[in-house]
Amino acid sequence: MSRFEYVLGLGDDALIAAQRLAQWCAAAPEMEEDVALANIALDQLGAARLLLSYAGELEGAGRDEDALAYLRDDGEFRNCLLVELPDRHDFGIAMAKLLFLSAYQKLLYDALADAPDERLAEIAANARKESAYHLDHSTQWTLRLGDGTEESHRRMQAAVDEVWPYTHELFAGDEDALVDHAGLRPAWLSIVEPVLAEATLQRPADGWAPAGGRSGRHTEHLSYLLAEMQVLHRAHPGAVW
Amino acid sequence: MPGNEWPLWEVFVRPRRGLAHAHVGSLHAPDAEMALRNARDLYTRRQEGVSIWVVPAAAITASSPDEKDAFFDPAADKVYRHPTFYRVPEGAPHL
Repeated sequence: MSRFEYVLGLGDDALIAAQRLAQWCAAAPEMEEDVALANIALDQLGAARLLLSYAGELEGAGRDEDALAYLRDDGEFRNCLLVELPDRHDFGIAMAKLLFLSAYQKLLYDALADAPDERLAEIAANARKESAYHLDHSTQWTLRLGDGTEESHRRMQAAVDEVWPYTHELFAGDEDALVDHAGLRPAWLSIVEPVLAEATLQRPADGWAPAGGRSGRHTEHLSYLLAEMQVLHRAHPGAVW
Repeated sequence: MPGNEWPLWEVFVRPRRGLAHAHVGSLHAPDAEMALRNARDLYTRRQEGVSIWVVPAAAITASSPDEKDAFFDPAADKVYRHPTFYRVPEGAPHL
């Protein structure tokens, strides 16, 4: 994997996560949560813009952040499958995904902040503070829903069980990557497992490990997400307001 | 969630060190910890503060509008209660 593809993957993770989170705007359980999730989505979008701009420069083919975000088809996206999974208006699924993603992004950005790529280190050093907040937010909700009512416990456990297999892809090894992703998993487990335990949730067993996002093989959900995200730019190229 | 709303919290933010916390608004949250986090999102996103207090709105005892006259009127006609005869020293901006 080239440096371009690696940075593209990081940017796509943030971009697709932002788009999914933005779908909660005006649909969250309370108005305060609308604001919190939109806030987190904007953090992700901010990181995505920096990462995609840098990826465009690395590629050297004249593509800027907009060209990369709006003019690629699903097979050209390099995001992990976890972020493209639909939340299906289930707040538990949204929180399980955010917990697993933000714990990973926090550790990854911490490591990248010391990586021998000055530009990427700078982006990561800024983004990791935001990831820490995303991790805190999703942790708080996992604790309250897991250790809440019988119904909230049942649904949070179902969400964790459903999403868990997709976390393996985050730690898939790549010899050329700036950070040893496989080496991040023990630290990730040491963040996530105590949260699940305190939330009285079962840590799912490791088994099925779907992957393919990093090489452009996605679930069908990504193309629907992209259709919504890209339609305006494709219908009115270069439109501004 | 009609009939099942989160309790109301009043939010106080201290804008800078040395100043007092001031009331900035209210929000709904399931408990105190989430109220603090919601307050951070709603009232301090643009670096408006260095400290936040949240207080259950139900815990605040307020003076009644009906008692306004008895509570507040007597002070207005007693000019000696107002420190208008003093010159505010320079370098004391927040008096």
